Amino acid sequence: MSSLYDRLSPVVVNLPPSGIRRFFDLANQMQDVISLGVGEPDFVTPWHIREACMYSLEQGYTTYTSNRGLPELCAEIANYLTKFNLAYDPASEIMVTVGGSEAIDIALRMLVCAGDEVLIPAPTYVSYRPCALLAGAVPIDVPTHAEDQFRLTADALEGAITPNSKVLVLCFPNNPTGATMSKEDLERIANVAIKHDLFVVSDEIYAELTYDGKHTSIASLEGMKERTVVISGMSKAFAMTGWRIGYVAAPAPLLSAMLKIHQYTIMCASNMAQRAALEALRNGESEMERMVESYDRRRRLIVQGFNEIGLTCHEPKGAFYAFPDIRSSGLSSEAFAERLLREQGVAVVPGNVFGETGEGFVRCSYATSVELIEQALERIRTFLESLR
Amino acid sequence: MSDKLRLEVAKLLHDNAKLSLESIAKMLGEPLETIAQTVTELEEEKVILRYSAVVNWDKLETNQVTAVIDVRVLPQREVGFDAIAKKIYRFDEVKSVSLMSGGFDLQVIVEGRDIREVSRFVSEKLATIENVTGTTTHFLLKTYKSDGVIFDDTDGERRLMITP
Repeated sequence: MSSLYDRLSPVVVNLPPSGIRRFFDLANQMQDVISLGVGEPDFVTPWHIREACMYSLEQGYTTYTSNRGLPELCAEIANYLTKFNLAYDPASEIMVTVGGSEAIDIALRMLVCAGDEVLIPAPTYVSYRPCALLAGAVPIDVPTHAEDQFRLTADALEGAITPNSKVLVLCFPNNPTGATMSKEDLERIANVAIKHDLFVVSDEIYAELTYDGKHTSIASLEGMKERTVVISGMSKAFAMTGWRIGYVAAPAPLLSAMLKIHQYTIMCASNMAQRAALEALRNGESEMERMVESYDRRRRLIVQGFNEIGLTCHEPKGAFYAFPDIRSSGLSSEAFAERLLREQGVAVVPGNVFGETGEGFVRCSYATSVELIEQALERIRTFLESLR
Repeated sequence: MSDKLRLEVAKLLHDNAKLSLESIAKMLGEPLETIAQTVTELEEEKVILRYSAVVNWDKLETNQVTAVIDVRVLPQREVGFDAIAKKIYRFDEVKSVSLMSGGFDLQVIVEGRDIREVSRFVSEKLATIENVTGTTTHFLLKTYKSDGVIFDDTDGERRLMITP
């Protein structure tokens, strides 16, 4: 068995397995678990979107689409992005992908050569590091801290830059910290990116879930569009995770390079899912706003709840995660999450799986019902009292 | 209290009347006293009239019948439809009365112990009210969705327990 494994690609063999897996297996063996570990909306996709997909099937739209996606969908995406002061040509600067996940992979594969360094502010979503490794690059963590509400600072970024630095990956609003970057925060980062001639891959999948002011895209800043790949998709804003529809927006030369990878590996995103996405972008705004309002209320509920039971929790300004500080418990993130699950049946994700500076924190998704959030907080209170 | 806050509190309680004042205060980011005051105001001003549950009666043993009745009336000088509506809604059997646009004037929902009771009410009480010119009675056979709640909802938790 081991000899077979030895013959595989060392990059893949050495890739660490997801740190979430162990908790997933454990939680699945248990009864009566309240999960705050789910990284997706708790809404089912609005009916009008599901219905549009069924109608497209009735109409027989079961073929491939063009590689870059349905032209009318690309046009609708371009139109949608103007909301964030982004101007992209639908015919040459936009492509539909299989979720934001594919977009992360092809953006990094397009940009890096062996040995290039990819700067990844951490803690952050778990895919950037492995995708950089699979592309032959060297991922470099750029730490963000609770004191800065987990925003990326220009100083931290400058401190991580070497002559090999090539790409900066941004994920704001952030999974797992809920951090957002204001226009001023991003301007400072943009200056560093321009000074060191970095490309930026900006994963803005949670853009709509911004609760304090409006989301700013780094690509909308002076001198940034030409060096930025914007990634977003339907999953979080429209509760469409399972449809796997994401997209990239980038200057034409970058887009046509990504299109080559996409056309040989993916061909095109699912036709019926693209038609559902078209309906979502055309008529989904009010439902989406309703969902965002609902997350916002639960956000306030859980953050106050954590602070009341003695876990310091900074205010997450975006996404649907709270990231409380559990260091007062005296436990590591992993031990805290495992004992909380075994002893009280509450599933959370240990912060260290999102990067070293996530140690001492746990990720708690509040995309679950008010009743379950309140029950989970009660159970966590009991757990904390048992530790004293 | 701002109109926006009053509206938000009313919507939250309409969705879930069991929400505690503490939860509402946290969800809306307002002090508890403000929320308590707002709810008291809404109750006193009869914006919130009652706290009740949405019940799927089909799941309980009951022979109760519900009729939706379209009523056509001759509006009266000065008081319009209101005086006739009042005469109708005073009856305990009548659960709701609304003025409608379109082919009839008042939509009346009546509940009774059985069909005979409802029929008797329509023919003896409702149809004989002065200025009522006609009624069409529809018996309700099954409720699929009411007040935004799907009764036979099969949308359970389908998400994986933990995802990145």
